[in-house]
Amino acid sequence: MSVLTLTIDGQEVGASSDQTILDVAKAHKINIPTMCFLEGLTPWGGCRICVVDVEGAPRPLSSCTTHVTEGMVVTTTTGKLESYRKMILEMLYAEGNHTCSVCVSNGHCELQDKAQEMKMDHVRLPYLNQNMPMDSTHEHFGLDQDRCILCTRCVRVCSEIEGAQTWAVAGRGVDSHIISDLGTPWGESDSCTSCGKCVQVCPTGSLVNKGNAVNEQIKKVNFLEHLLQMRGQ
Amino acid sequence: MSKVTVATVWLDGCSGCHMSFLDMDERLIEIAEKIEFVYSPFVDVKELPESVDLGIIEGAVSNEDDLKKALKFRKSCKFLISLGDCAINGNVPAMRNKFSVRECFDRAYHENVTEHPIDPVGEGVPALLETVKPVHQVVPVDLFVQGCPPSADTIYYVLTELLAGRTPDPTTMTRFGA
Repeated sequence: MSVLTLTIDGQEVGASSDQTILDVAKAHKINIPTMCFLEGLTPWGGCRICVVDVEGAPRPLSSCTTHVTEGMVVTTTTGKLESYRKMILEMLYAEGNHTCSVCVSNGHCELQDKAQEMKMDHVRLPYLNQNMPMDSTHEHFGLDQDRCILCTRCVRVCSEIEGAQTWAVAGRGVDSHIISDLGTPWGESDSCTSCGKCVQVCPTGSLVNKGNAVNEQIKKVNFLEHLLQMRGQ
Repeated sequence: MSKVTVATVWLDGCSGCHMSFLDMDERLIEIAEKIEFVYSPFVDVKELPESVDLGIIEGAVSNEDDLKKALKFRKSCKFLISLGDCAINGNVPAMRNKFSVRECFDRAYHENVTEHPIDPVGEGVPALLETVKPVHQVVPVDLFVQGCPPSADTIYYVLTELLAGRTPDPTTMTRFGA
């Protein structure tokens, strides 16, 4: 680990080589929007909302997975980056069935917040209208694939924090979806400890507590930071 | 100064957006001094005039009649607003898009009745489109006002900004599902 200097949005900042662009930006209160990223979990770089321009790089790079280098020149906000982020959100909306008005997470949803923040006022793409299944077999929780944006926070928290490895992603491309225990209904899963961490980190109304009506599902995503602090990690 | 002509229409939705419009309460009097409804569920006019300054569409495009009305509105209205989530993304009406029209009919008119199973088709009943579409996938739209329904404050903001000759940014006031 070494100390180095780089420029983010014209501001010269100091950093250590084990930090990512997002780490450094956060430390200097430079806002880069994120979606699949969650403090306390291994960055995955899947959603691409946090893309930034790095001088010399042929394409935008995800700031949550790109480590800083000496003399790096980073730009976090341009018209083009904003249009990319907006397009990503539109694709997420077009791929799933996010009917906000009847969702348990309405008003407490990171996807919904992001759409408002990025001024996504409509989706320019045709909707896929996929018929996605719902798993209500678990005693306490439900999985609504319609709302899933494949951020894999549930997969990561289950594997990295709970150590149960119940969740995984199956299928490829547009067929990708979350499965429990290699495709066993969640309620019959042997590995699930019913800890509920996946529900709390899920940014949308995909993983939810049972018994909530519209607008009632409020997640406590910050539990993770406290947990790690308690563990001294 | 002549009043700005406004037309509104209710396609596949619950009319909640129109109700929200009425929720502007006493501000309606202020608005009424500047606009005139020339066609709307609010007034008893059966034909859309050939030229209208502002068109407001509530609801998704679900059947042939909705489609006809959306096309007519675009043709007549100089500025067209998609009002509410149904108009913008299909919302609740579009939840049937996972199924075929046949499956929807079977569930609603055959499986769940004990007498006279029928298909609601024929004269006077506009045929359902295979999928429910947002308005902007049928005709170009000039402004999108999210919400289910958009609040009266949002509608007031949008109208007063437009009347003042400015382009409102509804995302500062509302969001999907609001």
